[in-house]
Amino acid sequence: MRAAMELVNTVAKDRYLENLLRGQPPASPLGWLNQIRAAATECANALTVPSTRDEEWRFTDPSPLLKFSFQPARGAQRLAQADIQHFVIPEASSDRLVFIDGIYAAELSTHCGNEHGILVTSLAQGLLSHGEFLQQHLARNADFHNDVFCALNTSFVRDGALVIINNNVAYPAPVHLLFIATKPETAVYPRSLVVAGPGSRCALIEEYISLAENVYFNNAVTEVVVGENARVQHTKVQQESRASFHIANCAVTLANKAIYISDTVTLGARLSRHNLHVLQTAEGTRCTLDGLALISGRQLADTHTYMDHAKPGGNSRQLHKCIVDDAAHAVFSGKVRVREGAQLTDSAQTSCNLLLSDKAHVDTKPQLEIFADDVKCAHGATVGQLDAEEVFYLRSRGLDEQGARSLLTYAFAAEIINKIPVASLVRQLRHLVMEKTQLRERI
Amino acid sequence: MNNKNILLEVRNLSAEVAGIEILKGINLVVKAGEVHALMGPNGSGKSTFAKVLAGHIDYTVTGGEVLYQGKNLLEMAPEERSRAGVFLAFQYPIEIPGVSNSAFLRLAYNTMQAARGGEELDPLEFDDFIREKIKLVEMDPSFLDRSVNEGFSGGEKKRNEIVQMAVLEPKLAVLDETDSGLDIDALKVVANGVNHLTRPDNAIILVTHYQRLLNYIVPDYVHVIEGGQIVKTGGKELALELETRGYDWVRAEFDAARAAA
Repeated sequence: MRAAMELVNTVAKDRYLENLLRGQPPASPLGWLNQIRAAATECANALTVPSTRDEEWRFTDPSPLLKFSFQPARGAQRLAQADIQHFVIPEASSDRLVFIDGIYAAELSTHCGNEHGILVTSLAQGLLSHGEFLQQHLARNADFHNDVFCALNTSFVRDGALVIINNNVAYPAPVHLLFIATKPETAVYPRSLVVAGPGSRCALIEEYISLAENVYFNNAVTEVVVGENARVQHTKVQQESRASFHIANCAVTLANKAIYISDTVTLGARLSRHNLHVLQTAEGTRCTLDGLALISGRQLADTHTYMDHAKPGGNSRQLHKCIVDDAAHAVFSGKVRVREGAQLTDSAQTSCNLLLSDKAHVDTKPQLEIFADDVKCAHGATVGQLDAEEVFYLRSRGLDEQGARSLLTYAFAAEIINKIPVASLVRQLRHLVMEKTQLRERI
Repeated sequence: MNNKNILLEVRNLSAEVAGIEILKGINLVVKAGEVHALMGPNGSGKSTFAKVLAGHIDYTVTGGEVLYQGKNLLEMAPEERSRAGVFLAFQYPIEIPGVSNSAFLRLAYNTMQAARGGEELDPLEFDDFIREKIKLVEMDPSFLDRSVNEGFSGGEKKRNEIVQMAVLEPKLAVLDETDSGLDIDALKVVANGVNHLTRPDNAIILVTHYQRLLNYIVPDYVHVIEGGQIVKTGGKELALELETRGYDWVRAEFDAARAAA
C-alpha cells in the first residue's frame, strides 16, 4: 500500500516537472547555450522533486510546492518608476537591473557604470555582445546535474542579470539586482551572472521583493566568479511574499587570493531554500558567509551552505543566525569540506539560533569533512532563548520586560545586518527588524 | 535622626539563591548624601545584597523588608526600581552586539525621562548630552559608536557603567565591585567620575573587596559583611584596619559579642 502511494506521488511529481518544463523560451542563436539548456532539460526530466527522504532535504519538505500549478510568466507587467521608488537604494542608483516576474524591465534599470570599467546589463544583451566570453562562465559554476531546481532554471536560461567587472577596476558603488514579483501562480527563473576580473572589486545587492501577497514560485540561480585578487561583496535580501516559494542556488568560484564576502538576509516566503556553494579553486582565498533568517507564522527558511576548500591556504568565516517565532521552522546546514592537500585551511563556523516561542523549531547541522591534516577548523552551534541575565541587565536600566526582549532580539539580528556595507540598506533592514521585533522606540 | 533623609532602610533581610541561604538578616540604613562601603571576603553575600536590591530574578527574598523612600522596594519590578532611582553598576556588565552604545544609552535615558515626565531627546540632542557625560570618566567618543560593551576591556566596561549612572542620575547607586579589573589609573578616573555624581540628595553603596577604592571615594561608613550578616560597622578608618588585619578578627569579635549576649 505504501509502495503504491509512493508510486502515485512519484508520478504526480514527474507530471509536475513536465508541466513546469512546458513553456520554455525559444532557442537561442547561440549553439552552446542551446546545448546547455538541452542538457539541463534532460536532467530536469531525469530528476524528481526531492522529498524529506533525500539527505539534502531531510528537514525541509518541498511537497507544498506540488499543490500549485505554476505557469511561466507571459508578458511583462509594466511598472512605473514610482511603483519601485520605495525599493530604490540611493547608493546603487546608477547601476540597477530590475526584473518583473523574471522579465527584464529596461525602463526601470540604469547602468551608468558601463563607461567606468563595469558592464551591467541584461543577460540577453550580454549574450549578443559577449557571447564567447560568457560561454566560459554561464552555467559553468552552478552544477545542474544533481539539482532539479538548478536544472529547471538552466533549462529556461535566456535572460537575466549580467555584471562584468573589468580587470583591476575597483567599482565604488554597489550594483543592485532587483527581482520584483507581481503575478500569482507564476514560476519565475531569475538568473544572474557576475564575473569579477582579476584585481577588481565590487559590491552586489541581490534583492527579491513582492508587490502583493501572492502564491508564486521563484527558482533563482546566481553564479559569481571571483578572479585572482578580486573582491566581491555580495548581499542577498529575500523579502518575498509570505505565501510564496523561493528556491535559490548560488554558486561562487574563487580564483587565487580571491575574496568573497556574503551576507544573506531571509525574511520572506512561505518556504525558502537558499543553497550557497563556494568553491575554492586556487590558493589563499578568503571568504565570509554570514546569514540571518528572521521568520514567524508558519514560515520555513532553509539555508544550506557548502564551503569547498579544494586548495591550500583558504580562510573561511561563517556566522549564521536564525530568529524563529510562532510555529516557524528554520534550517541551517553548513558543510565545510577540506579536500586532500588543502593544507593550512583555516575555517570557523558558528550557528546561533534564537527561539521566541514554544512551537518555534530549528534544525542546525554543521558538517565538517576534513581530508587534510594541517588545518584549523572550528564550528559551534547554539539554540536557545533570550538570556535571563541580559534581560535583567536591561530591566535594571529601566526597560520593561517586553522592551528588553525586543531590544535583545533586535540586537541578535542587527549583528548580521550591520555587516552589510550599504548604509541605506542597513537602515531599511534595521527598521524592518524593529517592526518585526516590536521595538517601540527606534534606535 | 531626620527620617525625611532616609533613602534606604533594610530590616533583617534574608535571601537565597538556588535554595541556598546567602543573606541571613541584613540591617542597614542609608541616608541621602551618604557613601557606604560594604566590604567582606569572597562569598560573604556582598554581591547578593547588591543584586537583591536591584531585583535580580535568581534571588528569592525569604525574610525581612526593604524600604526605599518609604516604599516597599521588594514589591517593585527591576524596571520600576530603576525608574524610581535605584541603580546597580554590574560587576560583569553584559555585551549587546548589534546595538550601539549611544543608541542603548539614549533608549535608557528616554525610558527614564518618560517615567519621570521629563523631556526625551532625539539622537542629535542626545549626542551633545552624552558627549558631555562621557568626559566624566574620560571615555573616548568612539566607544559611543561601538556595540554595547562588545570587545570592551574590563576597565572600559566599568567606565561604561559609570556613564550609565551619569545618564540615569539615580538616587541610590549600588556599585558592585566597580574597582575590580581596574588598574590604578583607571581606578582614579572611575572614582573621580563617581565623586562628581555624588550630591546631597543621593547616596552610594560601594561593594568592594579592597580598601584602595576607598582612598579615592571616601565613605562615611564602612560595613563588614560576613556569612550573610553585617558583623561590624565603622568609619573610613575601619577599611584601613581591614587592609592590614584581614577579616578574621572581625568575625571573632562578632561571635564573642554574640556569645556574651
